[in-house]
Amino acid sequence: MLGSGILKGLAVTAKNLAGSYTTPERMVTVEYPEKRLPLPEAYRNFPFLVTENAEDPMGTLRCVACQICEKECPPQCIYIEKSKDKKPDATGKLQLYPAVFDIDISVCMSCQICVEVCPFDAIKMDQVFEIAAPDRFNDLLLHREQLAKPNTYYHQIHPTEAAEVDARLAAERQAAAEKAKAAAAAAAAKAAAAKAAKPADAPSAEAPKPPPAA
Amino acid sequence: MTGLLLSTLNPQLSTAAPRASMSPLEHAPLLARDWLVSIFPAPLQWLVHHLITIVAVLAVFGLFFAFLTIVERKLLGRIQNRLGPNRTGPFGFLQPFADAIKALTKEDVVPAAADKLLHLLAPVVVCTFALMTFAVLPFGRELIPVELDAAVLYFFAAGAASELAIFMAGWSSRNKYSLLAAMRALAQLISYELPLLLAVVPVIMLSGTLSTQSIVLAQGGWTFGVLPHWNILTPWGACAFLIFLIAALAETNRSPFDLPEAESELIAGHLTEYSGFKYALFFMAEYFGMTALCGLGVTLFLGGWQAPFVFLEFIPSYVWFGVKLFALILVLIWIRGTLLRLRIDQLTRLSWKLLVPLALINLANAAFWSLTADLPPLFQIARWVVSIALVVIPFVLIGRRLSTGLAPRTYRYA
Repeated sequence: MLGSGILKGLAVTAKNLAGSYTTPERMVTVEYPEKRLPLPEAYRNFPFLVTENAEDPMGTLRCVACQICEKECPPQCIYIEKSKDKKPDATGKLQLYPAVFDIDISVCMSCQICVEVCPFDAIKMDQVFEIAAPDRFNDLLLHREQLAKPNTYYHQIHPTEAAEVDARLAAERQAAAEKAKAAAAAAAAKAAAAKAAKPADAPSAEAPKPPPAA
Repeated sequence: MTGLLLSTLNPQLSTAAPRASMSPLEHAPLLARDWLVSIFPAPLQWLVHHLITIVAVLAVFGLFFAFLTIVERKLLGRIQNRLGPNRTGPFGFLQPFADAIKALTKEDVVPAAADKLLHLLAPVVVCTFALMTFAVLPFGRELIPVELDAAVLYFFAAGAASELAIFMAGWSSRNKYSLLAAMRALAQLISYELPLLLAVVPVIMLSGTLSTQSIVLAQGGWTFGVLPHWNILTPWGACAFLIFLIAALAETNRSPFDLPEAESELIAGHLTEYSGFKYALFFMAEYFGMTALCGLGVTLFLGGWQAPFVFLEFIPSYVWFGVKLFALILVLIWIRGTLLRLRIDQLTRLSWKLLVPLALINLANAAFWSLTADLPPLFQIARWVVSIALVVIPFVLIGRRLSTGLAPRTYRYA
């Protein structure tokens, strides 16, 4: 009969109306500032700088100021100044560090190219999205102090990726240690050979030990 | 004469004489008004008397409009399993005031090519006509702004004039969408004014008066104290009420008949070139028009300010009017949350091919009902059967004819 479809439709909407008060699962709305949905692990936007130690973020930046990201960045939003001195990095090697590392968030397009080109796993994608600020010039230009976040935070937001990175870095460190040990052993052997060749030279002095490998 | 007619038509009619069971609150608004008027010097009293009425209507229905917008948004949200606005004040109930401040502080843009005067006048006129209709609605046993003998006629004259303002808005904007919307509004008006009036005629026929207050009084009284003598509880009344409701939806440009402001086709229809407070005025006028038409529906079919049961008469009559009005508006919101917008040809077809014939047959039905009022009790059952058949059979036949070949639709390539 004419109009039966209208009655059916009215029944559906009435059911929705009543159901929205009785069954909260029906509701599609999450009241955002108070409640939030967990972000998917693959979600990423805006880069941050990884530090090894949360206690001393500026001292343990992984970044060595190689400026590859600065050159690759398509919108040119990264600005780096190299340091004058050097600090030992994670593998104990003396490296430069960024005296200035700025990212203009208002220009950054979250393309992740800086992350892909970084040979030191020093820059990674963040999950921040609430970065609105009243001053678009000063508040949206992030300095290295604001960009530095500890490795534990990286583990929090991207657990799988961070585990991979850590495994790779550990392997590199081990390789470096073994290489140093091998080099030390070789140096020791060389010294021993030299001593054997000239035993009368300095019998009292033992072969000088190479500095212990880091 | 009216009273005589009423008493012949309906022997159980209750008179308007105040009863012992009535609450003292019943007279409170009038007493307050008389006290206020008595403060002023005698030459000014007539003016103050009318001004107070106007201010009261404006204040009450202005607030009613404000909270109606939030109630509508909340209910529509719930119908769609959303929460609706809930940020401003407790449960979002201060939202209308936030909206008003926003509308007031917005820039008022007038197109360079627009007819400036008409563009300014249109929202004022539409609001004026929408408010004028409130003058003849009986809000309570003694609460009626103006007692007119031809109140129903006046109501429709003032109500239809608001379409003129819509056309003014569409024409003066010098925007093709506005103009198209205005043309649609006129087509809609012509299509739906007829069933609207034809649905009201039976009520006037049976109560024998055009005065809204007398129509309400004619619906007074109860059978066994529980069955009110409202027009909607008769076969012709139910049919007329449904036709009235559909036509009222179309008259007030509400969904599913909101073609003049179909935003997917016409941007915002005749409101396209309006901004700021002028836009708010149009919005307000639409809600005033809807409230007034619902008020008329309550008056004509739902017993106006009459209580549904004898034992509930202690509640003041204006409360009953408000409750019924609000319930009817909730039904309109429910319909808005359910139905899709019609196409212009569907809109006119529904009116001319279904509503007008049904309303005409219903007119004959009402005449039959009026002529057989004095039959002995045994024949009363036959009277009901014939009257119901006169509603149902034409509806089924016309409905079948209208829907052949249209439904269900099959999608070959979807």
